[in-house]
Amino acid sequence: MTDAIVAQTGGRKSGRLTTAAVQKAVAFVVLVVLLVFFTFSNENFMSESNMVGIMQATAVNGVLAVACTFVIASAGIDLSVGTLMTFTAVMSGVFLTYWGWPMWLGVICVLLTGGAVGAMSGLVISRLKIPPFIATLGMMLVLKGLSLVISGVHPIYFNDTPNYSMISADSFIATIFPSLEVPNGVLILFGVAIIGSVILNKTILGRYIFALGSNEEAARLSGVNVGFWKVVTYALGGLVCGIAGLLISSRLNSAQPALGQGYELDAIAATVIGGTSLAGGRGTILGTLIGAFIMSVLTNGLRINGVPEEWQFVVTGFIIIVAVYVDTMLRKKS
Amino acid sequence: MQQTQSSTHGAKPARILVSTHNIEKSFPGVYALRGVSFDLREGEVHALMGENGAGKSTMMKILTGVYQPDSGEIIVEGTPVSISGPKAAQMLGISIIHQELYLMNHLTAAQNIFIGREPRRGFGMFVDEAKMNEDTAALFKRMNVDIAPDAEVGTLTVARQQLVEIAKALSFNSKVLIMDEPTSALNETEVEHLFAIIKDLKAQGVGIVYITHKMDEVKRIADRVTVMRDGQYIDTLPAHGTPMSKIISLMVGRELADATRAEAVSTQDEVLRVRGLNRGRAIRNVSFHLHKGEILGFAGLMGAGRTEVARAIFGADPIDSGEIHIHGQPQTIGSPNEAVQLGLAYLSEDRKNFGLVTPMSVRDNVTMASWTRFTKSRVFMRDGALRDVSQDYVSKLKVKTPSVEQETRLLSGGNQQKIVIAKWLLRDCDVLIFDEPTRGIDVGAKAEIYKLLQGLAAQGKAIIVISSELPEVLRLSHRILVMCEGRITGELDGRTATQESIMELATQRETTAA
Repeated sequence: MTDAIVAQTGGRKSGRLTTAAVQKAVAFVVLVVLLVFFTFSNENFMSESNMVGIMQATAVNGVLAVACTFVIASAGIDLSVGTLMTFTAVMSGVFLTYWGWPMWLGVICVLLTGGAVGAMSGLVISRLKIPPFIATLGMMLVLKGLSLVISGVHPIYFNDTPNYSMISADSFIATIFPSLEVPNGVLILFGVAIIGSVILNKTILGRYIFALGSNEEAARLSGVNVGFWKVVTYALGGLVCGIAGLLISSRLNSAQPALGQGYELDAIAATVIGGTSLAGGRGTILGTLIGAFIMSVLTNGLRINGVPEEWQFVVTGFIIIVAVYVDTMLRKKS
Repeated sequence: MQQTQSSTHGAKPARILVSTHNIEKSFPGVYALRGVSFDLREGEVHALMGENGAGKSTMMKILTGVYQPDSGEIIVEGTPVSISGPKAAQMLGISIIHQELYLMNHLTAAQNIFIGREPRRGFGMFVDEAKMNEDTAALFKRMNVDIAPDAEVGTLTVARQQLVEIAKALSFNSKVLIMDEPTSALNETEVEHLFAIIKDLKAQGVGIVYITHKMDEVKRIADRVTVMRDGQYIDTLPAHGTPMSKIISLMVGRELADATRAEAVSTQDEVLRVRGLNRGRAIRNVSFHLHKGEILGFAGLMGAGRTEVARAIFGADPIDSGEIHIHGQPQTIGSPNEAVQLGLAYLSEDRKNFGLVTPMSVRDNVTMASWTRFTKSRVFMRDGALRDVSQDYVSKLKVKTPSVEQETRLLSGGNQQKIVIAKWLLRDCDVLIFDEPTRGIDVGAKAEIYKLLQGLAAQGKAIIVISSELPEVLRLSHRILVMCEGRITGELDGRTATQESIMELATQRETTAA
């Protein structure tokens, strides 16, 4: 009988692997279908400028979604990613424009700021035992307020740092292959995704993220320093939000203190569409990336086809629900 | 098999409530049931026994409509039926009390019992709470239990929650009650109470299918015993007059040697000393010591404070006062993380929730407590090394798994326990605290775990075994500490202790109020 069980579970395992592959393929197929559909419905969709626009739009949401993937895979949630992005953008303005620091120092300090704020959320969650939803909801509002206070409710421009736009808007690739106008922001997104994927799959932090996400108490009783690794996870998420802050302020050549709220929901949506479980323990960066592209292709495609903005929300919301439903169904089958 | 009229127990020829003939059920790649025939008479307790994986639960799932048989016949009170789902089973008067209870903790007993079919008033707009409570009170009265119908279920003890489940089954006018290891979370008094209720139900003509691993319970309350093995029906015997060893040998398909007692330990190296440990009313002035190479048994009734002591030593729960010395050094242990660094390991009875991260692989679970030792420049995991070392332990402990990449949730209870043990051996812990090491593990695997524990002690590990099964404590322990109401009420020598001497200490309640 034991042999039978082993044989059976062995069979089930290979079955599960196929299902996991199918799952990711589903998100990818949805993306391809959307691309094909919009290509035929509007001739401008595939134009280079529109494609660049889509990629630019994905860069910020995609990076934020990677931040969310770490936190959500650990069975947490971070509602402050949007306003943290804004906060780091404002701090970038403070460092570079107000204080006139050199750009390299400013960039490093922006990333450290993001990491520090993330670590603070992590500490509130692990030390004060406040549920992540509440802790980061509070942090979201605190950061929103601080961004407005620090900037005096005015945008901070980066006119004194002419190279600042290089971060996101310029195209490094175009200087080598003049026909490929891929903006740097997109390169950064892919860079973040690759490093994020390595962190999640190959490092000890990634292993702890999945362990915490699957069963925190079992991890704790295995002697894992649960509090410490939570802080590290949220700090990593915060640091990645700092990258998003650099990207968005570079693209706009200004830090817009009123922006940011609402971005967290787009980022969480992209993460969830990409197959990361809100219950934790499961998720891939590749899936998140595909999820982010689905969201921006959808928004862009609907817009250039003249669908009013209010209806874009309706369709996007609908797609999120369908995507997660399909994901749940496929998982149930396995 | 209903020709098996060898049972002389029960004078009147009883009506057959439900019977099955040649039930077959297969799942992709495995035969779960092969030609199982079984019957249940009015007013009888019919024990169903077999090792884990023998097909007992599959059989019960077919009777309660969760699964449909591939072939075979189910006859309820003389009529062939097909049971399309749990609701259909309820209509036929077949109910099951699961080992894990399915109750809503924030609702009252009455609300739980009548969930989905609440009596209404006011043109069906409101729930008639008064009638619901009245009906519930009547049910409880029939069972002779004193639970308030409006008590929130979450505030009741597990034993009382189970009674609520039984009341719920009775409220469907169930003629057939299936109980899946109903005593696994009950203490002795609660078990007595449950048995009294079972006797009452029998007298009222209810037939009970009683799934259990415990021989003494079968002796006490069952009329007949049916043994299953590997999805097959093996035999049905009268519960009285059949020796236990015969039942066990039918279950495992081989004779088991009689349990042996532990030899005395030669070493006197003290590894752990606990003095004056206190936490609220759960742990009261607990002191003891543990030697190298020793297995120290912790006996007592459910709720005596044994698990609490283990968790407190391990830093999983805070303590009010007390000293812990490890290898002679006084230590304060604030978290499991610190405990593990001092060489302590706690193996919870609840492996699925507290022992393993079940969606993760065997490899990750075996190595989890040691991950920091398997990194390149403290960041990158050395997966190859993880695979090798977990493979090594899988073969050492004879874990049955197709590969170390297998998710642990797909393994049997015994193999899961071995994975937890492997985790702590790899971490090189020298004090291992086992909480109910064989709960939910079948007879064959149990013997293997015992051998493993004895081997570890022989290698010089210091081991604490908390167990509610007295034969287990007696078989394994060099010394036995007995707890009652948070206190240690006595220490016994493993070679001379008896079940009676343990029970006497385990029930030694405080006579004078402090």
